[in-house]
Amino acid sequence: MKIRLVEQAFDPWQEIARHQSGQPALAGKFGATVVFVGTLRDFNQGDAVQAMTLEHYAPMTQKHLERVAEEALARWPIEDVLLVHRYGELQPNDPIVCVAVWAAHRDSAFDACRYLIDELKTRAPFWKQELTEKGRRWVEKEKD
Amino acid sequence: MSITVRFFASIREKLGKEQDIIECKGITCAADVWGKSAGVPLPPNTLVAVNMEYARPDQPVRDGDEVAFFPPVTGGAR
Repeated sequence: MKIRLVEQAFDPWQEIARHQSGQPALAGKFGATVVFVGTLRDFNQGDAVQAMTLEHYAPMTQKHLERVAEEALARWPIEDVLLVHRYGELQPNDPIVCVAVWAAHRDSAFDACRYLIDELKTRAPFWKQELTEKGRRWVEKEKD
Repeated sequence: MSITVRFFASIREKLGKEQDIIECKGITCAADVWGKSAGVPLPPNTLVAVNMEYARPDQPVRDGDEVAFFPPVTGGAR
C-alpha cells in the first residue's frame, strides 16, 4: 500500500508502472488491476474553469487516506493499493487523483477501487477553489 | 499550556488567519476553542477535527491538542 500527496503534476500511468515494478512480490499474484483517474475538467456548474486550487490539511489528509486504504485491504481479498492525490494549483486536464488496486480477481479489484474513490472523496480533507472568468470561488459540497 | 488552532478554506479566509495558539484556561471543548479564537458564532455545517480526527463541537480538548475547523470537504460529485 502506498499513499502519495503530490504538489506537482503527475502522470498516473507512470505512477502505476513504477509502483508495480517496485513490488516484485506482486508478480504472479494478481490477475486484475483496476484504475480510477480523476481529472480536472474545464467546466463546472455552467462555467468555464481556468484553474483550481486544491487545499488540504496535510497530516490529516494523509492519515485518512491511509485509513481508507487499510479498510479496503481488510475488506476485500486484494493484493495492493496505490493512491496518488494532487494538491495546490491545478490546470484543466491535470490528473487530480489516481487509485489503483491489484487483486487476484476483478470483482474485488473493482469493488475496492470504487470504495476507495467514494470514501476518500467524502472523508479526506480537501477543498476546491475554482478560478472562473467571474473570479475565484469555493466549491460547495455537492448534494447527493 | 496551549492548544493549536487551525482554520481551512473559506473559514480561513473569512477569519483572515490560518493558525492560532490559545491558552487552555477556561477551555473545555472544541466549541470553546472556536469561541476564544474566532470570536464569532460557529457557522452551521462547520466540521471539527481534534488531533486529525473528526469530532463534535462538544468534544473535550486539553493541553497540546490541535483543533481544526473547516467547511464540508469537497472531493467531488459521483
